[in-house]
Amino acid sequence: MAFRSAVITFPGSNCDRDMAVALEQVSGAAPLRVWHGDADLPQELDFIALPGGFSYGDYLRSGSMASRSPIMRSVVQAAERGVPVLGVCNGFQVLTESGLLPGALMRNAGINFVCRDTELSVENAQSLFTSGYETGQRITIPVAHHDGNFFADDATLDRIEGDGRVAFRYTDPVNGSARDIAGVLNAAGNVLGMMPHPERAIEDAHGGRDGRTMFESAIRGLVTA
Amino acid sequence: MKVRIHVSLKPGVLDPQGRAVHHALEGLGFEGVDDVRIGRLVEMDVADGTSDDRIDEMCRKLLANMVIENYRIEKVSENA
Repeated sequence: MAFRSAVITFPGSNCDRDMAVALEQVSGAAPLRVWHGDADLPQELDFIALPGGFSYGDYLRSGSMASRSPIMRSVVQAAERGVPVLGVCNGFQVLTESGLLPGALMRNAGINFVCRDTELSVENAQSLFTSGYETGQRITIPVAHHDGNFFADDATLDRIEGDGRVAFRYTDPVNGSARDIAGVLNAAGNVLGMMPHPERAIEDAHGGRDGRTMFESAIRGLVTA
Repeated sequence: MKVRIHVSLKPGVLDPQGRAVHHALEGLGFEGVDDVRIGRLVEMDVADGTSDDRIDEMCRKLLANMVIENYRIEKVSENA
């Protein structure tokens, strides 16, 4: 059966097309494009992606307005049913603001917008999203963000580390993130938020294909499930 | 009824913006500034009789992120 995915577009999303291209290239099926004001998602979905960008101009806090938009109620319900949800960059911010993921993403410690390739270490290669990697594998994926400084209190950090919920870690400090965390899973393992952009590393013309493995892992995991 | 919501970073949460402003103040020759932290002020005009609980709920659900921020509610008298 064709892979059924959805990419949510908020006002100010700007990586939604890249995300859709990545999902289509890897799965062979074009994702449904869903507007933030839509209240409902199709019941039968294999995968939901929240793209990067600057939803609502980052008003109030990055991701805060988008996380309260009508479609997010449906995304939260789908996530609670076990539908895989990937949030990249602003999508990660929306996931923390919506409470699907712990912590918060604050202004980069160095104040500056950071836009460059980063080296990541795959910390957990057992998850739906990361099964195509080896634990400890070093991969290169670009970042482009102003508010990527992951913060959570020490008890929360200890808990997510202990539960293997840190999916990716920067191998060198990038933005001041606590414990250099770049990507976090929810407790059930079906929601991943990450600041680096895997959809910008899916073909050789991008300078690398390390992000493609993430989409391949998730799609293979779901199609064979 | 006018209400001001003062949103501030929790103690212990690093504030890169505050630190940059602190450095800028020092650069301008202002001495004796020990610390600078940047917050947010939300001014609202709400219906008379809006309960404290309702305003509190607005703060917790949207205006402040309880992971990193605290808030204080100030009711402003009409003649102020």
